[in-house]
Amino acid sequence: MAEFPTTIIETVGEPDQDSTMILNMGPQHPSTHGVLRLVLEIDGETVLRVKPEIGYLHTGIEKTCEAKFYQQVVPLTDRIDYLCPMTNNLTYCLAVEKLLGLEIPPKAQWMRVLMNELTRINSHLVWLGTHAMDLGAMTVFLYCFREREDVLRFFEMVSGQRMMTSYFRIGGLALEPPIGFFEKVKKFADRFPGNVDEYENLLTGNPIFMMRTKGVAYLSPEDAIAMGACGPTLRGSGVDIDLRRDAPYTGYENFKFKVPVRTEGDVFARYLCRVAELRESIGIVQQALAGMPEGPIKADSPKVVLPDREKMKTQMEALIYHFKIITEGFTVPAGEVYQAVESPRGEMGYYVVSDGTAKPYRVHMRGPSFANLQVLAKMCEGGLIADVIAAIGSIDVVVGDIDR
Amino acid sequence: MALAPPITDIEQLKSHPALGRLVEWNSSVVQEVRFDREELTIWVAKEAIREVCAILRDFADCPFNYLSDLTCVDWYPSEPRFEVVYHLLSISKKERVRLKARLDGSSPAIESVTSVWPAANFFEREVFDLFGVRFTGHPNLKRMLMPDDWEGHPLRKDYPVEGYR
Repeated sequence: MAEFPTTIIETVGEPDQDSTMILNMGPQHPSTHGVLRLVLEIDGETVLRVKPEIGYLHTGIEKTCEAKFYQQVVPLTDRIDYLCPMTNNLTYCLAVEKLLGLEIPPKAQWMRVLMNELTRINSHLVWLGTHAMDLGAMTVFLYCFREREDVLRFFEMVSGQRMMTSYFRIGGLALEPPIGFFEKVKKFADRFPGNVDEYENLLTGNPIFMMRTKGVAYLSPEDAIAMGACGPTLRGSGVDIDLRRDAPYTGYENFKFKVPVRTEGDVFARYLCRVAELRESIGIVQQALAGMPEGPIKADSPKVVLPDREKMKTQMEALIYHFKIITEGFTVPAGEVYQAVESPRGEMGYYVVSDGTAKPYRVHMRGPSFANLQVLAKMCEGGLIADVIAAIGSIDVVVGDIDR
Repeated sequence: MALAPPITDIEQLKSHPALGRLVEWNSSVVQEVRFDREELTIWVAKEAIREVCAILRDFADCPFNYLSDLTCVDWYPSEPRFEVVYHLLSISKKERVRLKARLDGSSPAIESVTSVWPAANFFEREVFDLFGVRFTGHPNLKRMLMPDDWEGHPLRKDYPVEGYR
């Protein structure tokens, strides 16, 4: 592979000729899905260069993590990628569990897979609705948010929260799923493939949607790999990678699913990948429901996992452990771990460094949106302004994940 | 599941494709290795980081062609103070490796790997912004998350969590 000339990542400066102009898109723009600002250099309707300006949502979560106990970081992780809170929880918990060498009971693992796939459906529904609305299809948005409401209700059932769930804890789950939860999810899972057909009826063969997406914002597989694209953006360019299959975590090796890959590399290919993923995810949900094991939902490690309320009322030791975890935290053996998980947007990685104390020495989040945003400039160059909107929608950025 | 003790012997770990390739190419760049919790870390000489990355990217048997992550850790007050951390992934072989380069605290600088992976662009800018590590040869090394006129580098350990008041 040849050395990449640095000019391809050179960014917008002053307009060099009288014929070009600088157009400011965002940070308050309805189609940028948050406070993302793009500076476009345009010649008429043609986009010459794109420069993303980020940082409007920077909250310093990585710094805050260093001042918290390990278990106190979990609620912070929800706020990073707020469309897939459970995936963030999962990645962080897996990283710390790997540092500790904790074994997670099967029921907790299967519940994690189940909730993680529901999260993927939730995130993809928001993406599909807003992406279609950006391109002028209002109805799809309403349909998607109708099903998303069901998924959010499941989140509320298990955790008490619709969005900032913090349901996965270090060592297992926060609570047992309530009575009747699995039946409700089963009903939803039986119905959902029909809903996906509805979305596809509105979009997949729709001539307007096809014209707005086919051949638009092309990304070659070489560029996608070199520029760090991940998830459906990478798979839409024909690179066959999915961490759930290639580096299984939390019991994904027990599930059968296909990894949708398209070779066209345009907005439509990325759309098809994600819609196919919706169907695969609901398949995994069905498998998780069918094979849900019985047993505890927390690891047997009293120094790390909070005891049950009932035990605290009757057992002195449980009360002592509870008091110690809350007031002093628990220590984690020194070391470092990079845990990568396939989030709805791609490779979400948590790099956690421990120095042997009760607070993480360093937590770094590799946000998939952060990496995907880099390819946006490459996709949009030479296209029309209207195609920038389609391109932003197709890489599915979440600004909380970019700025952290 | 008890933690296995880490392995730090280069000879034992040579079977890992990344380490094998580096030792075969130029064993003097490998300063230290550590295999801990199923993850391999290689400390390389900071002068050679760009070449090491290019060698691993173009390694035919197991091309580490994907830069997963690039970040930094501040070990203040000990010296060398900074460690720049590279996480590489081989998409075809599903192998991962972590590279590290140690930098002094006085004027931390390391060669940019943007010519190897354009993906490093944002990651290096972020590290520059939050740690103050300079990447020589980076095409656009400017602050990214913090405002342009911000003073200090927030993720350094001597920067207070509440900020300067």
